[in-house]
Amino acid sequence: MAKFDRRTVLRGVMSGGAVTVGLPLLNCFLDNNGTALAATGESLPVCFGHYYQALGLNPGMWIPSKIGAGYENNIQLKVLDPFKERMNVFSGMRYFLDGRPHETHTSTVQICTTGAVFDGGPIGPSLDSKIADVIGKRSRFRSLEVTFHGSRGSRSRRSGSSVNPSEGSPAALYKRIFGPEFIDPNAADFTPDPFVLAQRSVLSAVTEQRQNLMRQVDATDRARLDEYFTSVREIEQQLELESQKPDPLPACSVPGAMEEATPGSVVEDIVVNGRLMARLLAHAMACGQTRVFNVDTGSGSWRHAGSAVAWHTATHEESIDKTLGYQKEVFAFLTVANQLFADFLHILDSVREGPGTLLDRSLVLWQTDHGDARIHSNEDIPVMTAGRAGGLIKTGMHLRAPGDPCCRVGLTVMQAFGVPLSTWGDRSNQTSKTITEIVA
Amino acid sequence: MKKKRSIQLMSKLAGGLIAIGAGALLVSSDGGAAASALEAVQYETAQQSGRASLRRLTPDQYRNVIDDIFGSSIELGGRFEPDQRVDNLNEIGASSVSVSSAGMAQYYSIARSVATHVVSEEHRNALIPCQPKSAMDADDACASQFLSKAGGMIFRRPLTAAEQRRYVEAARTASKTTKDFYTGLSLSLTAMLSSPQFLFRQVVLEPDPASPGNYRLDGYSKASRVSFLLWNSMPDPMLLAAAERGDLHTQKGLAREASRMLASPRLEDGVRAFFADMFQFDAMSSLSKDGKLYPKFNSMVVADAQEQTLKTLIDLLVRQREDYPKVFVVRKTYLTPALASVYDLPLINNVPNGSPDAWQPYEFPANDPRGGILTHLSFLALHSHPGRSSPTLRGKALREIMLCQKVPAPPGDVDFTLVNDDTAYKTARERLAAHSREPMCAGCHKITDPMGLALENFDGAGAYRTEENGKRIDTTGEFEGTRFNNGRELGQVFYDKPERATSCLVDRLTAYALGRTPVRGEATWLGQLKEGFASNGYKLPDLMRDIATSPELYRVSAPVVEASDLSAGSRTTR
Repeated sequence: MAKFDRRTVLRGVMSGGAVTVGLPLLNCFLDNNGTALAATGESLPVCFGHYYQALGLNPGMWIPSKIGAGYENNIQLKVLDPFKERMNVFSGMRYFLDGRPHETHTSTVQICTTGAVFDGGPIGPSLDSKIADVIGKRSRFRSLEVTFHGSRGSRSRRSGSSVNPSEGSPAALYKRIFGPEFIDPNAADFTPDPFVLAQRSVLSAVTEQRQNLMRQVDATDRARLDEYFTSVREIEQQLELESQKPDPLPACSVPGAMEEATPGSVVEDIVVNGRLMARLLAHAMACGQTRVFNVDTGSGSWRHAGSAVAWHTATHEESIDKTLGYQKEVFAFLTVANQLFADFLHILDSVREGPGTLLDRSLVLWQTDHGDARIHSNEDIPVMTAGRAGGLIKTGMHLRAPGDPCCRVGLTVMQAFGVPLSTWGDRSNQTSKTITEIVA
Repeated sequence: MKKKRSIQLMSKLAGGLIAIGAGALLVSSDGGAAASALEAVQYETAQQSGRASLRRLTPDQYRNVIDDIFGSSIELGGRFEPDQRVDNLNEIGASSVSVSSAGMAQYYSIARSVATHVVSEEHRNALIPCQPKSAMDADDACASQFLSKAGGMIFRRPLTAAEQRRYVEAARTASKTTKDFYTGLSLSLTAMLSSPQFLFRQVVLEPDPASPGNYRLDGYSKASRVSFLLWNSMPDPMLLAAAERGDLHTQKGLAREASRMLASPRLEDGVRAFFADMFQFDAMSSLSKDGKLYPKFNSMVVADAQEQTLKTLIDLLVRQREDYPKVFVVRKTYLTPALASVYDLPLINNVPNGSPDAWQPYEFPANDPRGGILTHLSFLALHSHPGRSSPTLRGKALREIMLCQKVPAPPGDVDFTLVNDDTAYKTARERLAAHSREPMCAGCHKITDPMGLALENFDGAGAYRTEENGKRIDTTGEFEGTRFNNGRELGQVFYDKPERATSCLVDRLTAYALGRTPVRGEATWLGQLKEGFASNGYKLPDLMRDIATSPELYRVSAPVVEASDLSAGSRTTR
């Protein structure tokens, strides 16, 4: 077995700002195929991430000309070439409002995350929550939400009344994951803490009241209490995990402590924060702390230091350059954003686990709000997936489905992760058409 | 298929039930839980009185309650789940939010931090009324003494015998497991502070003896409703005692308690919480401006800007008992040196050296471009972009926050080409004029822009200016037929024509008190409140008294159940 100190390597990574680096793998923990834990024989679990980047892509500059396998990335997505074989690009699909008011940059996010416009009816969980219900129950955090611009807002919700708040500060996220409550799965010895056992027993004083309280309220409040008790149950599960010795995870290592980054919407800070967040999420997944994450890039608010014009403002106010044929400033923002998405994937891919990587056992779903942000268009919406979810998804394709609801991608992804759904989406967004081309 | 026939609940249920309500806890006449037959309770949308929901404590309410129970030296630690704004108020959102998984982890960690502090060696002598026989073992008697007293405040009503037993048992088990009395006690307290009875303001209903067939909040629920409205915190021991005696069910008893609470300095906490919610100051916490464009605007300015407006409002409306429309013209305010630098005022620090309070009274001169809260940084900077002002955002905020009007969202598939050529326009007025030439944009921009443009003398950070890109700024405009020349005069128009703004205040404050948007059946009550507000000279404390002592605030709709749900009564709960 190689002798090296994984932590030393990681400290170097965290402070050095490198983008691609492999976390050293201790192969002795893996089976001969390198895909299952030797201790338990179980496969490494699949992970899901939702990556939200508002304001679409430049029309005419992202759709690959070839359809199917072996496509070539168009100019704007060239930066994703290293992942082409492990990605899918979807074009031609759209969001439907069916005559309802168009809350720009809002209604369509609701559709891409929950399948429906919030128009007074019940608001379903967002797709990441549905997936977390299937794959997130055995990890310490059912899911982790982050933003790159310091906000605590989030697109992820368990229901209409329960938004999963984001962490906007890498330092706070670090503390949440790797603070005193973190149990290193690779630590040699483990003694259950009586304080943890005591907490579990005491919390039952709260959970025992569930049935009694639930039948005393109406349906609306019952749903709220149900969510509350589900959340308490998750605290109990967390305490339960803390009282058991975790399975060893060879790729797990604890990153060095993290200093507070600069919050806000200046692009240079966003890029630093985004990479820090990506590393923390990669470490968290490698250490079995979570299997689901949500990223909100906050792209609408991005701007350059000293500039009065944010990306969102630029999409509406910048003229189309007569020579270039596109909005120059907007294109520049998109270049940074797409590079940052590529960096994000590189960081997941740098966690090596046997022959594969963390990216290979994950699926990252990239979604956006408008096809052409300049005119708030709901057509030709770009959607991408990256990673194979441990073989659940086939990749390397450009698929075009003109006029179909975008919800087809969400439906297919949820089904791949085992969410029991045959249709998804409201009104014209509703679909039962799985994208069979990518189902493994 | 479900039967749509709805029936009044009481006609179907036996007499053992005393309390029924949409969205409320039900208790039977012997105080125990009842009504397992009620699987689903539906309410009609056009009812005479509305639904009473569980309301999640806001972060400020949580802090205030812990201060009231254990004193302000208890540290909370941790961060709260963000509030959710519904119909313009977080207090309405509180009636629809639940607790997410991440949010619960935070509540739990805050509860642990509070409980650890309470039993710490530093605090235990003052806060725990007894000592255990052994610090290394359980002691039911002492645990019971502490938990029933603390529990009565944490739940804002006396614990039931079953609750009392359960939490003492929890303390016993935990003390034995950890071999430490205080650790066990703190864990039982942690559980109480993590329970739904604490995190949500419960509403318990009972039949109204004065009005057979109708329902009212029970005394403790009334006490909470009035104290969170007036003090933004839990009922104090006197109010809980009044609830226990049944005083709050009489108009006289209710009026006496309301008077006592209105006379307390704690009314300022209630007024502060209401305006912070109405003016959406929670957005201040994420407000930042471009440091290169607005070098004076920093996080200290943000915190002070919100405080400046709240201090101004409390002084004007509560201490001076001035009329509400004066908020749009008031020149007296309070400033800190950080704020004064953005206001460009030579504020000399004349507070005693080492004084903890950096605030100083200041009065804008009569001819100053500033006057009224619309010219405060808390309005100007909050409703702007990080790098520039926005007449549209400001106009929208004026309409929606100050006048309770709804501005429609921009349409989709709009081609902005016509207004795209940024370089051709020097001022915001020119840029926006292009919008109003476009029929698709004009409708809404006509609603927002004229009022917002009146404030263009103040840049994105709220600092005064007369030119934009070298061109003189035109701040003239018109509001409902009255012309004005600048932002200060716009405030004067609001003052001279107070109907919309005062009517908006009554609507908001009532919704804030109820935790929901008033229903149609409450229109008469709102009308009466508005008349009363006008005839009392728009005095805010009087309006608060009128709302707090209105029977309507405590009236709850009779629940309606579907017959099919009653027959499915044996189904187990999820």
